[in-house]
Amino acid sequence: MHKIFGEFQENLSDEEEFLILGFSPSSIPIQQRWRNNGLSADFVADYLTTFFPAIDEDPDPEGKRVEIKGAVSYIANELLENAMKFNDDNSSYPIKFGLHILDIATEITLVLLATNSVSKQSLNKFQSFIHELLESDLDELYIRQLEKSAEDETGAASGLGLLTMKNDYFAKLGWKFETVQQEPEVVTVTTMVQLKV
Amino acid sequence: MEKQNVQGENYQVIGDPETATVYFKGSLRLGGMKEYEPIIKILDEMIQQDPSLITLNLRELEFLNSSGISMLSKFVLNVRKKKTIQIEIKGSDKIPWQGKSLKNLQRLMPGLKLELE
Repeated sequence: MHKIFGEFQENLSDEEEFLILGFSPSSIPIQQRWRNNGLSADFVADYLTTFFPAIDEDPDPEGKRVEIKGAVSYIANELLENAMKFNDDNSSYPIKFGLHILDIATEITLVLLATNSVSKQSLNKFQSFIHELLESDLDELYIRQLEKSAEDETGAASGLGLLTMKNDYFAKLGWKFETVQQEPEVVTVTTMVQLKV
Repeated sequence: MEKQNVQGENYQVIGDPETATVYFKGSLRLGGMKEYEPIIKILDEMIQQDPSLITLNLRELEFLNSSGISMLSKFVLNVRKKKTIQIEIKGSDKIPWQGKSLKNLQRLMPGLKLELE
C-alpha cells in the first residue's frame, strides 16, 4: 500500500534543520507514557525557538516566540497523543516524531510529522474521516465534531485535534499510508502538519 | 458550600460554589474523557446549583489539549440546554491557544461572554 491524502511532501530534504524522536511502543505501557507526550512536545517547541533567527527580525520577537512555541507545542502534543492512541499494539514498529524547518524563498514552514502502525480494522475508519475532513466545510465540520464529541461519553476519535490544527492554527494536513513490512504485514500512517510562521 | 479541588502533576482545578467560578491552572493534557471525569464532575455540580452566571477563569491555564477543549465544549452545550445560565470565560491574551481556540465555544453558545486580557 502507498496512499497519499491531503497535502503531503514525500521527499523532505535533510539538508535543513530537523529533529527526530523515536519511541518503542512495547517498552512502556501507554498510560505511563502519556506524560511523555507533553514533555516531548514542550521540548520540541523549546528546541525550535532557540535557534530560530527569523524571530529576532519580527517587530515583536517575544510575542512571536510565545506564539510559535504555543502552536508547535499544541500540534506536537496532539500528533503524539494520536500516534500513541491509534498505534497498533500488536506491532512492535516504533512510533516516530519529526520536526523539519524548511526555509524556502524567505518563507519559513515548520513541518511536523508523526508515524505509527495502524491495524486493518482502524484503517478504513481513519481514511473515511480523512475524506470527511478534506471534503467538508471546515467550520461546519468543526462545530459538528465538537457537538458529537460532547455527546459521546468516551469522547474517543472525534478528530478534534486535527480539526483544531486546521481551523485554529491554519495548518495544512496530509497523510501517507504505506506498507513497511510483509509477513506479517505492517501498515503505517504518517501524519504531516505544515505550519507557516 | 466547600470549594472543590482537583490537582495533578502540572495542573489544578478549583470550583468555588460561593462565586460560581471554576479556576483552571497549569497544563491540562489528560488522556481522554475518562481522565477528565473529576473535572467534569466539578463543572456538572456547578450547573446543578443553577446560578445565573458561571465563570470559568482560565487566565493561568497555559495549555489545554483537544480532549480538554472537548470537555469545555461539553460543558457549554450542557449549559445551553438548561437555558437559565450564562457563561463568562476569563482568559489571557498572553496565552496563544486561548486566542485561537476559545472563540469556538462562542459559536456553540453565542451569548457566551469571552474576555481575554
